[in-house]
Amino acid sequence: MVEVNEKIAIEHGLKSDEYKKICELLKRTPNITELGVFSAMWNEHCSYKSSRKHLKKLHTTGEQVIQGPGENAGVVDIEDDDAIVFKIESHNHPSFIEPYQGAATGVGGIMRDVFTMGARPIANLNSIHFGSPDHEKTRNLLRGVVKGIGGYGNCIGVPTIAGQTCFDESYNGNILVNAMTLGLVNKNKIFYSKAAGINKPVIYVGSKTGRDGIHGASMASAIFDDKIEEKKPTVQVGDPFTEKLLLEACLELMAGRSIISIQDMGAAGLTSSSIEMASKGDLGIEIDLTKVPCREENMTPYEIMLSESQERMLIVLEEGKENEAKKIFDKWNLDFAVIGKTTDSKNIELFFKNEKVAEIPIDFLAENAPMYDRKWIKAKLPKENKFSKDQFKSLKLGDCLKKILIDPNIADKEWIWDQYDHTVMGDTIQKPGGNAGVVRVHGTNKAVAASVDSSANYCHAHPFTGGKQVVCESWRNMISVGAKPIAITNCLNFGNPEKEKNMGEFVECVEGITEASKYLNYPVVSGNVSFYNETKDKGIKPTPSIGGIGLLSNYKKMMTMELKNEGNYLFVIGKTEGHLDQSIFARNMLSEFNGPPPEVNLFNEKQNGMSVLNLKNKNLIETCHDVSLGGILTAISKMGIKSGKGVKLFPLEGLVNKFEYFFGEDQGRYIIEIKPENLENVENMLKKESIHFDKLGLVEGDKITLENDLKLSIDDIKEDYKKWLKEYMVN
Amino acid sequence: MKSSVIIFPGSNCDRDMDVALKKFGFKNQMVWHNDTDIPKSDLIVLPGGFSYGDYLRCGSIAGKSKIIKSVIDFANSGGLVLGICNGFQILTETGLLPGILQQNKYLNFICKNVFVKIKNKENKYFKKIKKEVLELHIAHNEGNYFCSNDELKSIEDNGQIAVTYCDHKGNEDEKNNPNGALKNIAGIFNKDKNILGMMPHPERMIDPFLSGEDGSLFFNNLIESL
Repeated sequence: MVEVNEKIAIEHGLKSDEYKKICELLKRTPNITELGVFSAMWNEHCSYKSSRKHLKKLHTTGEQVIQGPGENAGVVDIEDDDAIVFKIESHNHPSFIEPYQGAATGVGGIMRDVFTMGARPIANLNSIHFGSPDHEKTRNLLRGVVKGIGGYGNCIGVPTIAGQTCFDESYNGNILVNAMTLGLVNKNKIFYSKAAGINKPVIYVGSKTGRDGIHGASMASAIFDDKIEEKKPTVQVGDPFTEKLLLEACLELMAGRSIISIQDMGAAGLTSSSIEMASKGDLGIEIDLTKVPCREENMTPYEIMLSESQERMLIVLEEGKENEAKKIFDKWNLDFAVIGKTTDSKNIELFFKNEKVAEIPIDFLAENAPMYDRKWIKAKLPKENKFSKDQFKSLKLGDCLKKILIDPNIADKEWIWDQYDHTVMGDTIQKPGGNAGVVRVHGTNKAVAASVDSSANYCHAHPFTGGKQVVCESWRNMISVGAKPIAITNCLNFGNPEKEKNMGEFVECVEGITEASKYLNYPVVSGNVSFYNETKDKGIKPTPSIGGIGLLSNYKKMMTMELKNEGNYLFVIGKTEGHLDQSIFARNMLSEFNGPPPEVNLFNEKQNGMSVLNLKNKNLIETCHDVSLGGILTAISKMGIKSGKGVKLFPLEGLVNKFEYFFGEDQGRYIIEIKPENLENVENMLKKESIHFDKLGLVEGDKITLENDLKLSIDDIKEDYKKWLKEYMVN
Repeated sequence: MKSSVIIFPGSNCDRDMDVALKKFGFKNQMVWHNDTDIPKSDLIVLPGGFSYGDYLRCGSIAGKSKIIKSVIDFANSGGLVLGICNGFQILTETGLLPGILQQNKYLNFICKNVFVKIKNKENKYFKKIKKEVLELHIAHNEGNYFCSNDELKSIEDNGQIAVTYCDHKGNEDEKNNPNGALKNIAGIFNKDKNILGMMPHPERMIDPFLSGEDGSLFFNNLIESL
């Protein structure tokens, strides 16, 4: 057996003072198995040691919340007896090392988190960020990640209904793969991870344990260097077929009453699942590792405890229910083994070949895990740019629009979502490519909308404003499909928290998220933190991904962004100041990358959103699309492209800079389509509520036109918009 | 009318098919792959999905499963057997239908709406459908139909080509061939036309709020023809 010392502890990712603390707590030197357990529980990924202090600030309550952060996933009420279980999680580090398996197991992991709670997964989403399209690795990483996400989700038979893909050079050495799942559950039949009762059998089900993924969680808590390729063995290998069986078997078992608690084996495998169950129940747990089904020969206790083999679950059963449960897992051809029991010792005790190989008080691993109050610095709001008239002189609206529509962050992503089964389960009523994906709640009139958003440029320019903005953007996406926003899940992707600037970005983004979600009653119910997205001293831009969900009580009232009828009016709800700093326009046309992000006014945000919903509920609007990246003209173009219809824009009034007006990225805005007969009604309602609106134009013909300034055929811009990614991928 | 949907481990369109069959008036029952007998049925459906993980080859393990002997007996006695997507792959693996389904030409999974042309209406599956071209939905990685020249000649001579990929007007060109299938073949019959295998999923097109409604035509015809 390896003798443990400080050097070995450091190789396990522990800091020297953390190792000292372990020895002090135990009052002895840990053996190698125990050290492995400590390193798995005390790494950043599992312990949230840098983030815990700040995550407590998040707004996590509301009458719709059934379960907030701290469980396998969050749960919200969607009326009647239905509830949605949902969460987003990162799988960034493994996906960079091995894109297919990294992304695939990310999807598998998040689905397990959801069905562990008794919910049948009904939709998957993802947010993926890659380096610059010019970077040598980007194309292959994108291809691998998309195939991995599809390979797993398609096989399970859960539709991938929406997502987001971004490119930025800050991800050249660290891509982001954030996967989100929504599940449907009866709110009276939710399963939790808290164990209860002594001498209850602890059951292992699912795949066998192999040597894959050992130290996956530690790897995800470290920065990358030149030897990154050597980390391939720490990436788990997914088997979606087994997961499908595990899903069906678990749901079948859950229909009965034999489960006390259940937890999937995700990061840090058997270690974290057993410790979490015991810790939440204030119990001890005893495991005989000899009984764990293994795929490979001669696995040591250390390897068994740290394996991150996929598609495994740990269950605490009621006594005497073992045979009943085993029958179900036999039917689905899955391993089933009684590997231990709950105890009152409050220790985790591990046995192997009749010998005790580890004994650690659970408290040391969970509550006594290190928590850091890391130093951070507050970001300053950058100075606004003053653009001179000369800078716009040579520009033409049409040229700018064409260039913006093929910006990798704007261009159509059909190449990606065509590879995801987005229609299986027969309830997808809004497919990828709209404001949000929408699935019906099977067999009811209700539907759930979901989207994922991030705004790394805004967060990079000013983390607090950026944090607020992402939440608002998510909220707008819900409104735009006619859904009442319910709650969010957040995946907080940041650089190295030991650097004050990165830590500051994290703290201020969290504060921004908190302020917006509180104001909008759009609480955070689940999520995860991914730090150390850094390679050779270069970190990513701060990238909180916000997954939002909303409820449509009548799915037939869902809105889409396609323009509907010739002669209908288009309004912009919300005031356009023409904020160009940090916009796609400033980057592409003015080569300006600095300046503050657009201001977020939460009062206006809420007023504007509620009034759009109000108009929709009165059947006064036909179409809705929120205005985001690329401003009004980009939004209008996408609406035109989706429907094949043109728009005649009205001349601008007063001395407005048309570039600022049409490409500015001011917040809190929507474009709505109104039938002529409803025009007066809508105007009166908006005026009564003091909502700012501009009359933008008419649905007309097959071109986008503005007097003599702009005339582009929808077919032409559609071709460019649609082909960028496809051409990029074949090159 | 009674139908049976076979569930293999890894099937994932079994519920969608159950919903569709019931919507159009079938009394549907689900049958587990490890059973040996199929309850009395007018139609047996092998649904889409990834039976047995599609390991080894798509549909190959399902083609040797316990229940499959009863499916083969039922088909050979003239019973109606419909295989959608993975079900089509299974039918070729059992030999009930000729040819094979290879990986898509462009090596990607494809999920999208397509148009298919009905090539033969002298059978219970398409008899009363008035349209010539249907808009259906595909979602597969291995839908690239292939068979030998002799087999092709034989299926053409016998009118065994059921549906082909085309555009909305019915042009069966390469541009509208999503997966590289031989002769744009999207679905075929056996000689007696009681067995149909096709890649498109009619069960995903049964509601105006979904991808479209042409699947309704398919199921409506089926219940009326039986």
